Amino acid sequence: MKLTIVAYGIAKEILGASSIEYEIEGSLSQEALLENLKRSYPGFNKLTSLVIAINSEYAQKGQIVSENDEVVLIPPVSGG
Amino acid sequence: MIVISDKKLDTWSIIASVEDEAAGAIDVFIGTVRNKTSDKSVTHLEYESFDTMAVKEIQKIVDTAKTKWPIKKITVHHRKGILKIGDAAVVIAVSTPHRKESFEACQFIIDSLKKTVPIWKKEVFSDGKIWASAHP
Repeated sequence: MKLTIVAYGIAKEILGASSIEYEIEGSLSQEALLENLKRSYPGFNKLTSLVIAINSEYAQKGQIVSENDEVVLIPPVSGG
Repeated sequence: MIVISDKKLDTWSIIASVEDEAAGAIDVFIGTVRNKTSDKSVTHLEYESFDTMAVKEIQKIVDTAKTKWPIKKITVHHRKGILKIGDAAVVIAVSTPHRKESFEACQFIIDSLKKTVPIWKKEVFSDGKIWASAHP
């Protein structure tokens, strides 16, 4: 299935776009998706941290990513 | 009241928004744009925000603060876009019956905001740009 993945901050620069269509096989956990993305875009491995938000909430351990989810890549935050 | 805005923050209206007859204290934190990052001169900052989630995450922090201190009102405004040296990036105002809890609550809110709220700061120097905290 195809996921739309949105990225902010440095994650957007590593992706080279503010959002991409990303092909995955079947459903998978947020951790597995993150590992796939790190293989596709090695620049993510250099970050202090990278987590996923699903539908505007930080993803839970083992949470399954589904086709219509809003998936957003969250690099280290630096607000304030 | 929580706002993410690309307009200049209005500190006085933020303070006015937490005024309360039962409050004996209003504490205000203003985070401002500094002209240096570890000895390098900063020309300006660029803030980016994932607005819907940022508002939700700030709301969670506010809700937690309300369970810890007897808060009357809280307002948090965060700026995004291009900020000049000296501009306010964040303004937090908290009113409580007594001063101690307003200091504590305000500090808790800014410390938590820096850890969990999806907002990103790009520091722009005369010779390049860097996303703050991105790399170890």
